[in-house]
Amino acid sequence: MAVTINDVRHIATLARLGLTETRAAAIVGELNTILGHMDELSKVDTAGVEEAIGVGAQGLPVRVDSGPPFPLARSLDAFAPSQRDGFLLVPRLSTHESPEQS
Amino acid sequence: MSARSCAFARDETVAGRITAGATIETAIARAREVNAGRDGLNVFAWRDDDDARKNAGDIAEHLSDTTPGLLVGVPVAVKDNIATLTMPTTCGSRILEGYVSPYEATVVKRLRDAGAVIFGKTNMDEFAMGSSTEHSAYGPTRNPLAPDRVPGGSSGGSAAAVASGIVSMALGSETGGSVRQPAAFCGIVGVKPTYGRVSRFGLVAFASSLDQVGVFGATVDDAARGLGVIAGHDEMDSTSAQLPVPEYHAAANADIKGMVIGLPKEYFPASLDPKIRARCDASVERLRALGAIIRHVSLPHTDLAIPVYYIVAPAEASSNLARFDGVRYGLRLEGDGLRGMYEATRSGGFGPEVTRRILLGTYVLSAGYYDAYYRKAQQVRTLIADDFRRVFESGVDVLFTPTAPSTAFPIGAISDPYEMYLSDIFTATANLAGVPAMSQPIGRIDGLPVGGQFLASHFEEMKMFSAAYALERALGDEAHR
Amino acid sequence: MTIAAITSADTPLLEHWEMVVGLEVHVQLKTNTKAFCGCSAEYGAAPNANTCPVCLALPGALPVLNERAVGLATRAALALNCDVQPVSIFARKNYFYPDLPKGYQISQFDKPLALGGWVEIGARAEGSPIRINVTRVHMEEDAGKSVHDRFSGVTAIDLNRSGVPLIEIVSEPDMRSADEAGAYLRVLKQILEYVDVSDVSMEEGSLRVDANVSARRRGETRLGTKTEVKNMNSFSGVERALEVEFARQVRVLEAGGTVDQQTMLWDGHTGEVLPSRTKEGSHDYRYFPEPDLPPLVLALDWIAKVEHDLPELPAARRTRFAADYKLSDYDVDVLTSNPRLADYYESVARSHGDSKSAANWVMGEVLATLKTSGDDISTFRVRPADLASLLNLVRDGVVSHTAAKQIFGRMAATGDPPAQIAEREGLVKVDDDSQLASWIDEVIAENPTEAERLRNGERKLQGVLIGAAMKKSKGRADPKKLNQLLAARLTS
Repeated sequence: MAVTINDVRHIATLARLGLTETRAAAIVGELNTILGHMDELSKVDTAGVEEAIGVGAQGLPVRVDSGPPFPLARSLDAFAPSQRDGFLLVPRLSTHESPEQS
Repeated sequence: MSARSCAFARDETVAGRITAGATIETAIARAREVNAGRDGLNVFAWRDDDDARKNAGDIAEHLSDTTPGLLVGVPVAVKDNIATLTMPTTCGSRILEGYVSPYEATVVKRLRDAGAVIFGKTNMDEFAMGSSTEHSAYGPTRNPLAPDRVPGGSSGGSAAAVASGIVSMALGSETGGSVRQPAAFCGIVGVKPTYGRVSRFGLVAFASSLDQVGVFGATVDDAARGLGVIAGHDEMDSTSAQLPVPEYHAAANADIKGMVIGLPKEYFPASLDPKIRARCDASVERLRALGAIIRHVSLPHTDLAIPVYYIVAPAEASSNLARFDGVRYGLRLEGDGLRGMYEATRSGGFGPEVTRRILLGTYVLSAGYYDAYYRKAQQVRTLIADDFRRVFESGVDVLFTPTAPSTAFPIGAISDPYEMYLSDIFTATANLAGVPAMSQPIGRIDGLPVGGQFLASHFEEMKMFSAAYALERALGDEAHR
Repeated sequence: MTIAAITSADTPLLEHWEMVVGLEVHVQLKTNTKAFCGCSAEYGAAPNANTCPVCLALPGALPVLNERAVGLATRAALALNCDVQPVSIFARKNYFYPDLPKGYQISQFDKPLALGGWVEIGARAEGSPIRINVTRVHMEEDAGKSVHDRFSGVTAIDLNRSGVPLIEIVSEPDMRSADEAGAYLRVLKQILEYVDVSDVSMEEGSLRVDANVSARRRGETRLGTKTEVKNMNSFSGVERALEVEFARQVRVLEAGGTVDQQTMLWDGHTGEVLPSRTKEGSHDYRYFPEPDLPPLVLALDWIAKVEHDLPELPAARRTRFAADYKLSDYDVDVLTSNPRLADYYESVARSHGDSKSAANWVMGEVLATLKTSGDDISTFRVRPADLASLLNLVRDGVVSHTAAKQIFGRMAATGDPPAQIAEREGLVKVDDDSQLASWIDEVIAENPTEAERLRNGERKLQGVLIGAAMKKSKGRADPKKLNQLLAARLTS
């Protein structure tokens, strides 16, 4: 399952990482080398083996449905990069733009 | 030279024979002496000596008001991926440059409640991704014992703070060995508790199912006391265990006669550096002499730990690091529209290793590859955990292994990512299985420290500490020769 | 087929094709706080006022599940006849959007809370019930709100809604028409109102619907390529959007084309569906189990208790109303349309005793008053016990039917009990013969011409004179007695 330059472009898009062509090409090699070592796993018989999910946990603890929320020592305007009237601001999106293309 | 031990500093402060302020001054002086600054060892990402002095003064003032905590007047260094209210939390990344968390990590609150003074935030591999503390946006940290070498990583700054004698205790974080390996490289003690033992609330996530706050100590006792303070259930962390916390430092004089210590053969491969093997053998002989029963055991899936780790950890990281998007906090760089802003911010904010791992993690989770990589890795992870369970159920109390396959390597020596990943070969298993493990100094090779590792079953830190205290006592100065 | 966008020329074509619809319904659960943090879940706060480290996704913050959200989700799933799973797993759905702070949504994926339910939405002509299967019910968190028209050139983000608990109810593609889809939604809404898990208001966004629709030739058993239709904001909007999209697909297929699997957006103003600019295949949510939340383990006896504690569901209540109160199907449907109205009616009927008269009043005066005022029955000032008292006064002849309507109006305005109003406003029925007679005398004296004409057989004038007498009595007079007295006076 060799990683191609198109794969790298696709995952860079999914991860919202801008890559130069040179860097993308280098990443192809790096990922193939790393994933080459991972192929070891395909030799292991894991038929009937459960995935490790929630290792060591005894179920999910829950909290009662009441506040207060964990307090903020400083409000949003102390750390938000762009803000107006309490809103966070981002470059304009068209109304019907959906997550996948943003 | 090491700092005043936690126990000494605390007891003397409580008794009124020394002041917290004086302890802080000693630490400040020591930091100057070892040239801990950016142009020297580059230990800290942030220090505010005046703030530390003020906090030490407050402790002195309130000393008579309350039952003195376990770390009264003890300066503690904290890794820069643990949220603090008055100091920035940058994770060694440009994307969080100058970011000051508006809330505090549970572990930091517990330290302060116990009377500790947060002395500074320590340098680290960016988002804890690395084994050398070379991958920090703020430059590499140097090994105090050999400044041309790495201190290990990712918690290299915390390890260096303790190894250089500035503080006797520091917090680090572990995902695949980021406390134990630098502890080994710097000749100090490093503990990775059981997954769930310590709250992760306020620890900036790298790989949530593996992350755990860990403790460095100049000695086993410093680490035991530190862990005792930060451990315990936290309702803000759904993976935090609801189990009582034993007094770990009570293991100080434990007799290990009859304790069954397993030596897993996979951790002593034919390829193991014979000098490291020799140091381990010497420690094993000490343990045997103390009455421990040495048993050879096998953890057959050990070799798969690195492939599993380097699928699971980047996968989780790719998701955990999605929140750094320039919208709510941290760096924001403008680009063409929203998409351009995301890409400019993230490409400009993350360094090359973080970028590589995000891409790797995105790839192994993406459509068509999930089953072959992520699901498979999570199944093999179960097999790795089963190996440990089987061995501990067979009556083995603790396992003893080398911590790392090498001693501290020169800065810049390893450029191949996968070769660097192999630094975690003896440590990542504990994170994958969730079991506790710790490293302690067991001697030196050509002046460079070697670490020996104890591992125990889930929540059996007491057994691990008992063995570690005993070995530390038995080795004496030999641990640092 | 009554939709404008479908031309009459299409109609014959449509008859050869069958619509296949499955719905994904998101429902906001009625909790005080968000799903994974202690922030208030209420609407209407200042932008970003209800946020904390967790729902802002600050570095290091972790989710902790809201117990009540689990309880409500479980109750909803059981009411939809689902099997609630003893172990379910939260998963991360990864995508970038500025109102999704973590860069992933905590949802459930391959191990959802509940599987395999169904609802009945009516009966076919031959009498067999129309059953719509529910594939799954899972829990997830809402995203924040992106406001595009607030400031020029930028999008404004409000994260107050970020992390509010939702359930997603996914149906099988079992619906065969827009009407069935509408019926399914109405039944679903009714059930969720009965079990009181949500406000279920599409207008307020606490219920949201996405539709998967495909077309196939009648008789074909395989499913056609579906599109997903989004952006509807009312049940009728869903029905219209389905008709329009179905017609569009049929035109494509009839012309020999193929339907692209894509997302379509409904525009309620123009009545059109337009393809979203999303490219299919660019969805790659990279789901994986949420490592910050261990598996949700529900004890079987806890699930059994939630099931046991479920309130009476609409179907059972309809059956019981028909049997206990001897009401028509229509009356039963109206009175059980929502649980608060049903409770109200039942309370009036029980206190008053005459279920038919209670039904007439509730369906008449009560609903008319609510419709005018826009109030909900739960805050209606006329409480059931007071309405029952009023009906008792009518039955016992203490007030006239006319006066009762007046009294009811006052009750709705003031919340006062009926007897008090009747007393205060002098609306108690007068059947004292001498008082009634004196009103008749006054009327005759004041309208001598009309009286004379009536006496001469012009019977239509009787109503005029009685009306005048009623007016003098302010509606309190017993009309029957007045008639008797007038007749007696004019013939004497």
